[in-house]
Amino acid sequence: MTDTVETRIAEVAHMSVAEASGPPEVGDGKPKRASFREVVGDMPWIVKLSAAWLVLVFGGAIYAKLDTAVFGGALPLQDPNLQTNNFNPDTGTFGDGEPIEPPSAQHWLGTDAIARDTFARILHGGWVSLIVSAVAAAFGVIVGGFIGSLVGFVRGKTETIIMAFIDVILAFPALVLLLAMVSIFQVRSLLVIALVIGFLSIPAYTRVARAISLAVSNREFVLAARAIGTKPATILRREIIPNVLPTVLSYAMVAAAFVIVVEGSLSFLGLSVQLPTSSWGNMINQARRDIDINLLQVVAPSLALVITVLSLNQVGDWFQKRASFRAAAL
Amino acid sequence: MWKVIGIRLGRLALTLLAVTFLSFIMTALLPGDPVNAILGVDGPRDPELEAEIRAELGLDDPIPVRYVNWLADAARGDLGESYINRGQEVSATIGQRLPVTAQLAFMAIVIAVVLAIPIGVIGAYRQGRWQDQATSAGVQVALSVPNFITGIFLIWLFAVTLKWLPASNWNRIGDKGLWENFKTSILPATALALTQMAIFSRLVRSDMIATLQENYILSAKAKGLSDRYILFRHALRPSSLSLATIVGINFGALLGGTVIIETLFAIPGLGFRLINAINQRDILVIQGITVFVAVAYVVINTVVDLFYTVLDPRIRRS
Repeated sequence: MTDTVETRIAEVAHMSVAEASGPPEVGDGKPKRASFREVVGDMPWIVKLSAAWLVLVFGGAIYAKLDTAVFGGALPLQDPNLQTNNFNPDTGTFGDGEPIEPPSAQHWLGTDAIARDTFARILHGGWVSLIVSAVAAAFGVIVGGFIGSLVGFVRGKTETIIMAFIDVILAFPALVLLLAMVSIFQVRSLLVIALVIGFLSIPAYTRVARAISLAVSNREFVLAARAIGTKPATILRREIIPNVLPTVLSYAMVAAAFVIVVEGSLSFLGLSVQLPTSSWGNMINQARRDIDINLLQVVAPSLALVITVLSLNQVGDWFQKRASFRAAAL
Repeated sequence: MWKVIGIRLGRLALTLLAVTFLSFIMTALLPGDPVNAILGVDGPRDPELEAEIRAELGLDDPIPVRYVNWLADAARGDLGESYINRGQEVSATIGQRLPVTAQLAFMAIVIAVVLAIPIGVIGAYRQGRWQDQATSAGVQVALSVPNFITGIFLIWLFAVTLKWLPASNWNRIGDKGLWENFKTSILPATALALTQMAIFSRLVRSDMIATLQENYILSAKAKGLSDRYILFRHALRPSSLSLATIVGINFGALLGGTVIIETLFAIPGLGFRLINAINQRDILVIQGITVFVAVAYVVINTVVDLFYTVLDPRIRRS
């Protein structure tokens, strides 16, 4: 698992450079922007299905988070942390829930070992995955993408120093570095976890962005811009970054899949968000003790995680192909 | 060639320096006073004893001095003592647990290679047809399943349902013999192997597709050699060089990548100890294991790189 990211980087960097340095096709100067309808229309069915799943799972997580606050509880969603068999002091009765219930109309995926609604916990678990992968992608694209574009363009000592630093961070086995960093923090809130993973995402993005920036910087239009005396900062902003961005963004999808696995692993070890907040990893870890009597409680969060990761990989691969075609057509 | 090797070794030294410094600084900056961890926070405290411990650990020196001292000790194999289990040498712990983790990583790699070669070869040989599509889809799924999920379902199938193998624990080869050891190691190794298998078979497939377009493959076909002979005798060999590289690198990565599987199966390896240390905030153990794994990874990478340089004449010359 640790190494998929490096293999990915190698693949992405290799692919984009190879394609980008191929013979340029004659275009009308500016690459056409495809409309949303065109983009979706081009997708193979499996990619459409994957995209639909992602919308469902992350849309569901956002809705569940905002349900009571914004929509006033319009949908009958359950409270993910409510133990449904608990004593209710207001009514003076016990709840009618049971631990480890099979699926029913009320609890779509049954209940867990302390009678909480599994469907609600999975829905809210998606929020953790969403935030962590979104923060990591934001860090990666903005910081890593910028540093990579910059050093690939200016080269020289700046590049040597920054890349040496990046290489040192990448020289650590990723999970061990993450564990060491996580162990520094006593309070492991969602924000802390997202920031640590986000920080550790920067090096990989920098490598990807630099590889493409190197290739783009050698192209005729950059040479032309230099020749007419454009300021380097303007070239970086107008020529380099717009051409690096598509590949970095499509890498972000694949990286998000990796980040979700990493967060899942941390949660599984009990080193991510603290209970009772649900995440797919900690649900799997809690339910595995009762796997002999209730398989579903393990299968449901596992499937949520695996399908999400698979979908991100599918959509990411597809965008990567599009991005490299676009680069080749420049 | 000697120049290339010299540059590599120089870079190795620099990377090691940086990696050890980073490991050191991370744990040196941990909040919480190590003295509290040793003496406990409650109750009256002997200031003389406290000062003595501080001096012994060198806590009052500036960070660069502490780093140099620590590095000098570490180079001699002295990584300090556990704060929680007094008297337990960190390096002794590592020495005790490394064989377990290394065995697990080795078994995982062997299983992965054995599965990956036929899968990759089929994919390349039947490129674009249903055999390729089926194996590629399987590989995609294998890449997306985290190893702890694989592990849980292996436990469910083979330990809980079929009751063929124990669900957790570890029998040392020295204590119980090979077979008993195998019974406890095969499930975790398989769980680790799945992702590796996916990575390796993708590599074999793409390498092989390129190799199969070479002229010498065409001439072998013209000679009337069987497809199987060409695939495994003529085409696999040039493709196996890059496979060997990634196998070496991933073995190094697995030394730090077995953490979750070791925790799941309660295996007394490096990773399980690391998690314990993190939960107990046993700083020197965290530091020791982190630095050991990182150094092993960096060194293995360089060695693999050098082998590659020595073996492949095309790289040697450039």
